[in-house]
Amino acid sequence: MMVFFALLHRELRLAGRQKFDVTLPLAVAVLILLLFPLSLGPEPDLLRRLAPAALWIAALLGALLGLDRLFHSDFDDGSLDQLILSGLPLPLLVLGKSLGHWLLTSLPMTAVTLLMGIFLNLPGTAFLPLALAMILGGASLTLLGTTIMALTLGARRGGALTGLLLLPLTLPIAIFGAGTVTAALSDLPTRPPLLVLGGIFLGCLAICPFLAAIALREALD
Amino acid sequence: MTIRFHYFANPTRALRVAKTLLPFSLAAMSVLLGWGLWLALYASPPDYQQGEAVRIMYVHVPAAWMALFVYIIVAAGSVSFLIWRHPLGELIAEAAAPIGACFTALALITGSLWGQPMWGTWWVWDARLTSVLILFFLYLGYMGLRNAFDDPAKGSRAASILAIIGTINLPIIKFSVDWWNTLHQPASVLRLGGPTIHPDMLWPLLIMAVGFKFYFLSVGIIRLRNHVALRRLQALSLLSSDSSSLAAVRLSSVAPFFAMGGYAFYVWPAYGVTFCVLAILFARSAIAMRRNEAAVQRLPSPQSVS
Amino acid sequence: MGLNAESLGCRRGNRVLFTELSFSLGAGDLLVLRGTNGSGKTSLLRLLTGLSRPAAGRILWNGITITQDLETYFRQLHYLGHLDGLKSAFTARENLHYSAHLRGTIADASALNHFNVASLENMPIRLLSAGQRRRIALARLLASPAPLWLLDEPSAALDHDGVALLHQTLTDHCRNGGIAVIASHDSIAHPLAKVLEINSLRSAAS
Repeated sequence: MMVFFALLHRELRLAGRQKFDVTLPLAVAVLILLLFPLSLGPEPDLLRRLAPAALWIAALLGALLGLDRLFHSDFDDGSLDQLILSGLPLPLLVLGKSLGHWLLTSLPMTAVTLLMGIFLNLPGTAFLPLALAMILGGASLTLLGTTIMALTLGARRGGALTGLLLLPLTLPIAIFGAGTVTAALSDLPTRPPLLVLGGIFLGCLAICPFLAAIALREALD
Repeated sequence: MTIRFHYFANPTRALRVAKTLLPFSLAAMSVLLGWGLWLALYASPPDYQQGEAVRIMYVHVPAAWMALFVYIIVAAGSVSFLIWRHPLGELIAEAAAPIGACFTALALITGSLWGQPMWGTWWVWDARLTSVLILFFLYLGYMGLRNAFDDPAKGSRAASILAIIGTINLPIIKFSVDWWNTLHQPASVLRLGGPTIHPDMLWPLLIMAVGFKFYFLSVGIIRLRNHVALRRLQALSLLSSDSSSLAAVRLSSVAPFFAMGGYAFYVWPAYGVTFCVLAILFARSAIAMRRNEAAVQRLPSPQSVS
Repeated sequence: MGLNAESLGCRRGNRVLFTELSFSLGAGDLLVLRGTNGSGKTSLLRLLTGLSRPAAGRILWNGITITQDLETYFRQLHYLGHLDGLKSAFTARENLHYSAHLRGTIADASALNHFNVASLENMPIRLLSAGQRRRIALARLLASPAPLWLLDEPSAALDHDGVALLHQTLTDHCRNGGIAVIASHDSIAHPLAKVLEINSLRSAAS
């Protein structure tokens, strides 16, 4: 639909005007990843064993940081009202915002974590499963994050609350995502956890836009 | 003023039923908990493997059952509120959530106290414990979200949505942690409560479980009445909108008159914490309810808010 | 074509703002909402946009309850709230462009001319004054057509000329068969206006 692409275009152009908002999550993720080898010591085996967890924690935190741009700036200047009043179906609006976030934060985050994987001594075979897991998991994280942001839109102290609400929900993604990399490192099949991640993604895709749409409507009531 | 605001809908019939039910529920609760305690602490035999420490099971397992049971109630209430706009569902969910959070915390604490003498560790990352921990955070998130809004109606709707998200997610979490455990811990010998339960142990367990259910019913009714009274007062702007709060969990001091086969350090705190928390929750709910219902009684003229 | 409000009731938080509020507007009608601060003008406007749901009563557009198809109703109206609804990182032209595009139409390039801000069209909004932003926000009304206008304090931050332009625009809109509902606490009278005083709980259309 033309309107959907207009929305996406708007999101991307806005991000282009506010580049700092977009690069900040990436910078934070990189810094956190750097802290791991610095605090654990450079021993390659240890780094390799901790790499899956470290990469996912960093990606999760980085994605969390990028989420507050999603609705709040539009809410604060009144453009969220205008977006909804343009007659765009709300689930589509949510999907458009999520896709924007995924393209701007999640996808670059995947690229960065792959790069950091090199610094953490991941073997070559682990990179493809890691990339796939990050893409699927990142998309699910984005959808879940969008839903939670919509829920906390009108709340006081929304920021801290978002973390508390989001992190339990992202646990399965972290488990299977890190599990994918661990499986790759131990020469176990990576397809089962990847399939689960795919399933979680499809589930999120089916449910989150509608739940977020309900939450948005409530927030603006 | 004949405004029909669904948010203020007065579930009078349900409240009347609740009021008549309360004394019976309290009586059943007292009898069952009393009997259960006697069986649990005295009359039931010690386990051949675990010794006296098995007595912790009689508070731990029912608490865990209640944690899940109450969450189902919260979720069901939230669903009925969101889909059918049934105000009673929302009130029940709001009243039940803190009770569920307390039971979850108790399950975790008593579990820890049981785990240390049995497994040698205060905590273990198996599927059940991790899911219960996440359940605790879901409860906290639910209560936190509800109270984070200036407009209480918005808070209850947002919290209801969250409850539904949590319901979908809970089995997923259980499954994923299970998977994670099978991947990392192929040989798991940890089982709660033993492979089969002897009837001498089953009875105290069931009685405590039913006793806890009546506790939940009693405190639930008290909190329900409290919340209805609070909403009436809020409707007339007599109170600020911030009402419910978490019951504080405090560890009790131990009065060891029964060594519990060397496990006194674990058994008594488990029971102590359980009954302290439950008693504090009960007392706070009852006091608040008395105060608010009295305030409603003192209102000048009975406006029919229906 | 008509906008009908039937027995609307509204509450904000725990306060009841108004009840049993009804009115009926046809093509060419201009309704001005008057009332003290906090009396519910903004709330009523938001109810009319469909963004908020009334605690009681219903709203009909052309005889159909708006809740039956909110998205179609949205496209029939323009709303200007307290906040301008403009992205400060975008230029005026970009704001109007996206605004129209998301409604499925194309922006009328001459809209900015009407409010004498065509010269600012390529400046980022964040560099402009409050009055200039308000004019651009008003220009959005003309950038894509809609029969119903719901405006909340549209003359806020406008200078004398701006207010005159606003009045002219409103007159043209109503003369062309449009409907407008405006919340305003200033006492500038408009010749076409019907006035609705909102005091707590009661209303009297005059």
